[in-house]
Amino acid sequence: MSALRIYVPGDAVAVACGADEIAALIKASAQRRKVDVEIVRNGSRGMHWLEPLLEVVTPQGRIAYGPVELGDVEGVLDAMLAGGGAHRLNVGIPEEHPFLQRQTRLTFARCGIVDPRSIDEYKLHHGYKGLANALANPSSIIQQVTDSGLRGRGGAGFPTGIKWKTVADAKSDKGLADQKYIVCNADEGDSGTFADRMIMEGDPFVLVEGMTIAGIAVGATKGYIYIRSEYPHAIAAMNAAVAAARRAGYLGPSVAGSQFAFDLEVRAGAGAYVCGEETSLLESIEGKRGLVRAKPPLPAHQGLFGKPTVINNVLSLATVPTVMDKGAAFYKNFGMGRSRGTMPIQLAGNLKYGGLFETAFGITLGELVDDIGGGTFTGRPVRAVQVGGPLGAYFPRALFDTPFDYEAFAARDGLIGHGGIVVFDDTVDMAKQARFAMEFCAIESCGKCTPCRIGSTRGVETMDRIMRDENRAANLAVLQDLCNTMKFGSLCALGGFTPYPVMSALTHFPEDFGAPPARLEAAE
Amino acid sequence: MPEFEAWNIERANALIGDHIGSEGPLLPILHSFIETFGYIDTAAEPLIAEALNISRAEVHGVVTFYHDFRREPAGRHVLKLCRAEACQAAGGDAIVARAEQRLGLAMGNTAADGSVTLEPVYCLGLCSVSPSAMIDGRIVARVDEKKLDALIAEVSR
Repeated sequence: MSALRIYVPGDAVAVACGADEIAALIKASAQRRKVDVEIVRNGSRGMHWLEPLLEVVTPQGRIAYGPVELGDVEGVLDAMLAGGGAHRLNVGIPEEHPFLQRQTRLTFARCGIVDPRSIDEYKLHHGYKGLANALANPSSIIQQVTDSGLRGRGGAGFPTGIKWKTVADAKSDKGLADQKYIVCNADEGDSGTFADRMIMEGDPFVLVEGMTIAGIAVGATKGYIYIRSEYPHAIAAMNAAVAAARRAGYLGPSVAGSQFAFDLEVRAGAGAYVCGEETSLLESIEGKRGLVRAKPPLPAHQGLFGKPTVINNVLSLATVPTVMDKGAAFYKNFGMGRSRGTMPIQLAGNLKYGGLFETAFGITLGELVDDIGGGTFTGRPVRAVQVGGPLGAYFPRALFDTPFDYEAFAARDGLIGHGGIVVFDDTVDMAKQARFAMEFCAIESCGKCTPCRIGSTRGVETMDRIMRDENRAANLAVLQDLCNTMKFGSLCALGGFTPYPVMSALTHFPEDFGAPPARLEAAE
Repeated sequence: MPEFEAWNIERANALIGDHIGSEGPLLPILHSFIETFGYIDTAAEPLIAEALNISRAEVHGVVTFYHDFRREPAGRHVLKLCRAEACQAAGGDAIVARAEQRLGLAMGNTAADGSVTLEPVYCLGLCSVSPSAMIDGRIVARVDEKKLDALIAEVSR
């Protein structure tokens, strides 16, 4: 009889909820019971309120149990040994769960399902089919990616195909052998985002494949994956995947037996948020302070070590294999307006059902927060949601009809950024959040441009005065003036977008910028 | 509890040698120093500058730019609490206040007895199971008062 296959996610969310200890306990218990079990550390399905979500393989399919705590292990194992039997924590077949049923998983098609360490399993689930198509017709890759309508998932939403075309056409100085680079921006620093981390931990080969296709498309032979140091599990998973792909001949001097050479290296960040900005990230790989570069020149012309460089977010690159496998038209069919395909949306903060929800563009903010996210776990009313990380705007309920779409959010002075949604209940103090946005910018500013470096510090001071009710009207004018200077005078999005959370908080929640009665009494 | 080697020049030179052949070796070198010694000794800067043929000022600039590159040994334990928005939304501020009060230590400081360094971190990517913490590299989600107190007991041992 073959071993009982049990999935215990190795994703950081599951690990932080005790998955490692649970896996060890299952192993020990199985030994004691003299039953043969095989524990697979899969990625997360993205239903994070159920983590650690364990699964057992049965003739009816996989049956899931969660959230499992250490004390539940014996009971859950009993149920698993009974062929996926009843238990208080039994959530049935995961694919049939409404949270997954409502999604369209293209980029995350394999995440949580496959063993992230197994390249064979990756290939059994459509892995490397995109690369095969790319190798069959390398000159068509850029056209396919362009036709798919894929836009940069890091936040800026720049068409991926056009970026690649620019690098493919870039001539190097002196006409020497053209060294070009593919750089993956895995410096996912925005609070409320974790999609990059989940892909790297749950389906790392898709990123390796996407970067390989990018290399073939533009003529680059070397790629770097720059991962933030706060993601040790992702760093380990990517290092293992790169080594496995190399062993299997998918990286190296002859990719999958072709005439194309491509290899990858993982680099760790060092705790600087600004290094998520693409030019700062390039400086960091080069071994310098993460100072933002003025553009032009674009990285596509003079990027890493001055060479033409494709720099893309994890999700953009991880979506390319799907486009190359299923075709540009298939991908483009999803979405709305100029936002084509699907977006892995991350539901976070004070939300009952937090996690990863991949769906076609066009779903409204209200559906995401109320229907899918189930409202707050504190049970209090939702007051504000911040979309797009620390540089994204705060939206009130009145804007919950906004569809998830690059242009629709921009039209309402917001941004979808990297697709993170952080939900706050009615205990939130929006003046405090505005102050935090300025404080965070002051801490993380690279210091190169004055509006960001000085503006953020002045912003914190001005917010302090407003919160103390000191010359409030005059200081609110100063705050708006500062935001204006930062927005139009900063070199990059850190200084340039910090005004979004500040101004949206002020615009939509002006009552929090008045003098709170409690503080007035205290002052008297 | 992490174990580190005492600073020594031979070991440092060997670590530099491990990375010097790669493109942009400075960050990998500094990371290897942190992993080995727990901090970056002032004496490391001229050593690296010499090996990479760059100025000491450039090395110093890089060491001081990044939050990860501590220039003094940390406490025996390092407790990081996330201060970013998703953790704020889930009651993270109260957790931070409780930790500071229980440890008698403000964020960014090391206890006088060297037992623990308390540090902020801006996002561990656990935003759907917030508030989150990291203790000696181990991640912890859904930190409530009870879990925090257990972490504090752990670092106080």
